[in-house]
Amino acid sequence: MDWGTVFSQALQSGLGPTAVVYALAAIGLNVNFGYTGLLNFGEAGFMAIGGYFFAAFIATWNLPFWLAIAAGLFFTVILALILGVPTLRLRADYLAIVTIAASEIIRFTLGSVTLLKWFGGQDGLIHFEGAFANANPFHNSVDLGIVAWRPYDFWVLFLGWIVVALGCILVFLAMRSPWGRVMKGIREDEDAVRSLGKNVYLYKMQSLVIGGLFGAVAGFFVALQHTNMNPTWVATDTTFFAYTVLLLGGAARVLGPVVGSIIFWFLIQFLDVMFGQMTSGSHPIMPTWLMNTDQASLMRLIIMGLALMLLMIFRPQGIFGDRRELAIDAR
Amino acid sequence: MLTATRRITNLLLGALGTAVLATLVLVGAGSPAQAAATPVSATAQLCAKPPGHKDDTIHIQGCLKDQRVTPPKPVPDVKITIDDSSGHPVGKGTSNASGVFDIALPGKPIDILGHSYTVKIDSSTLPKHAALRDPRQKSLKVLLRLDSDVFVTFPIADAPTEESQFAQGLQLAVGGLVFAFLLAMASLGLSLIFGTTGLVNFAHGELITFGALAAFAIDQLPGDVSLGGVNVTMVAGIITAIVLSTLFGWLQDKLLWAPLRRKGVGLIAAMIVSIGLSIFLRNIYQYFAGAASHNYTQWTSPAPWHLGSVDITPKEVGVILFSALVLVIVCSAIQFTRIGKATRAVSDNPALAASSGINVDRVISVVWSVGAGLAGLSGVLLGMTQGFDYQVGFKILLLVFAAVVLGGLGSVWGALLGSFVIGIFIEVSTLFVPAELKFVGALVVLIVVLLFRPQGLLGRAERVG
Repeated sequence: MDWGTVFSQALQSGLGPTAVVYALAAIGLNVNFGYTGLLNFGEAGFMAIGGYFFAAFIATWNLPFWLAIAAGLFFTVILALILGVPTLRLRADYLAIVTIAASEIIRFTLGSVTLLKWFGGQDGLIHFEGAFANANPFHNSVDLGIVAWRPYDFWVLFLGWIVVALGCILVFLAMRSPWGRVMKGIREDEDAVRSLGKNVYLYKMQSLVIGGLFGAVAGFFVALQHTNMNPTWVATDTTFFAYTVLLLGGAARVLGPVVGSIIFWFLIQFLDVMFGQMTSGSHPIMPTWLMNTDQASLMRLIIMGLALMLLMIFRPQGIFGDRRELAIDAR
Repeated sequence: MLTATRRITNLLLGALGTAVLATLVLVGAGSPAQAAATPVSATAQLCAKPPGHKDDTIHIQGCLKDQRVTPPKPVPDVKITIDDSSGHPVGKGTSNASGVFDIALPGKPIDILGHSYTVKIDSSTLPKHAALRDPRQKSLKVLLRLDSDVFVTFPIADAPTEESQFAQGLQLAVGGLVFAFLLAMASLGLSLIFGTTGLVNFAHGELITFGALAAFAIDQLPGDVSLGGVNVTMVAGIITAIVLSTLFGWLQDKLLWAPLRRKGVGLIAAMIVSIGLSIFLRNIYQYFAGAASHNYTQWTSPAPWHLGSVDITPKEVGVILFSALVLVIVCSAIQFTRIGKATRAVSDNPALAASSGINVDRVISVVWSVGAGLAGLSGVLLGMTQGFDYQVGFKILLLVFAAVVLGGLGSVWGALLGSFVIGIFIEVSTLFVPAELKFVGALVVLIVVLLFRPQGLLGRAERVG
């Protein structure tokens, strides 16, 4: 058992591009769920729209990078508006079901053979990262001793963490403004806010749009990280993982999603490499009748599922959250 | 079932991009004249291996067979042409008496590797009463990745004009009806649990999968269960699945949900717990059952019956009758027995029910057991009709949700109505939308209904937002 490798690979993942993606998605969910109390289970759908339109504008329609970014954001806003009109009047559990259904509609549609010529079907889109890769200022691998990245990966995560930092500042400033207090008010008691003459529906819509935009940016980074955009990146489990990240760090906390994402991906990779090592080699530590390498790769998800349950039961406020602030209940 | 073949065909077409051996099945109609043209036993000659060739060029080969008769018969004299990527014809051939065509590509393999070619079938040369299954699918793209011959086949069926759209719709509706019954059992369980506890259970799909896997365990046991000389292993499997699922539901409530209710965990928190449970169980299932798709081995399906223009297998009839019986029993129990009335009372107002002497915990315990048993049963029957894997329940979970929300969360009759609307809509909608998007249609219906009737079709008109 090589603990050094286990640790360095785990750290590599905790700081890597995947952690960036989930931090961004979880910031979006934090705006929706943590601050406004909207149970948006369709974050993967926003990621899909953002990532796919960004990739398709470049790969399919040969348009410039910045136009593609703008398109990804524009269509995400459109989606949020379309989704918000029928769903924002619904109770939290209905909202969850409808948003998750919407994200599956998007995934099935974008991955369909019918739209193959635009979105590439199940194989997805490739060859859209050219402009981004050309702007890469790093020409050599970045080696920090314990962790090392190829130049392209480092460029993705370097820019990614800057965007995450900007997002956190934005959320911090927004949530201490009067506007942010209305948002928190809606989370605590929607009727009270309504009695003050605020248009709750409009505020919820703004929350959905902003949360969705963070999802879209997460979608850009998914596409750039893998240099490929396909339906598997935006399955419902993506949303579930983002929720786990948010709840682990602590909802309704500015840095909750960031810390949550780093810890989540550190632990996931830690478990994966650890169980992988236990079952590999000619004389594995784990007896083969108990666990083979295929089964070892499932252990991280088994433990993650269990951890999500225990977290929600025993510490719903996560690591940094405030239990009093986070009244998680159906309203 | 028509849709099943279509699904398989889609899979095959999907595999084409990656696999070197792309298999294209020609499900065509053989006229008697053709049968006469191949006097020797059809199976012996069908898809005889193409003659080996000495040249080192890459050949595109294929076999056209008429699968409307058993055993399938070869389809000869169909013209096939091959175009290169710029549309110039580079080769042509005709299927021989055993249905095989074999066309050499010009050029050395090293020069043409990585190029793509379009294989076209001339549908006018097909025998009478046969046509391409998908009339738009007259050509296939082949990308040469390896220096070896490429094998293709073409999906063909009755000409669409032969069967009226109404008859097609009727056939699809039968398939949809079978699925609707399975959906109804799963939805009823979900709706009962929601009604009595308020929990939106994202781990309900795993209860469905549990049933399918429990029966699979019986199916995989060495030997078989016989009763009077008849192999009834599958019946034993179904019974085991119901019993174990019921027990599983009861245990889940006892060990997890009841303590959470006592702890006063909120409904949204409980919902997120159920997401964790879903991820946990799904991966446990994969741990033991593997990622592959399974079928029950001790279960063979007899040939379908033809009722007018509709084909229906005895298996489908059995599934419909058995599910209907179970649903009638459960719904009557809810409507007429003491525990059923207590269940409805708890659904209506738990506090009032408790204060009028109903043991709410016991009712919820029963509801969890029955709900899980129903879900498990729907899992086995789903596995029998279309096969299953470790996430068969998770895949249809959203449809179950759609059915329940459409009918009205917590309403028993709503869950049934919603299931039939969704189940039949999914299949019949393939007349108008591509089969791959049929789930999308059902989910869009869900959102549209909520737009105009947020409480669902049969839900109480209370505030849901």
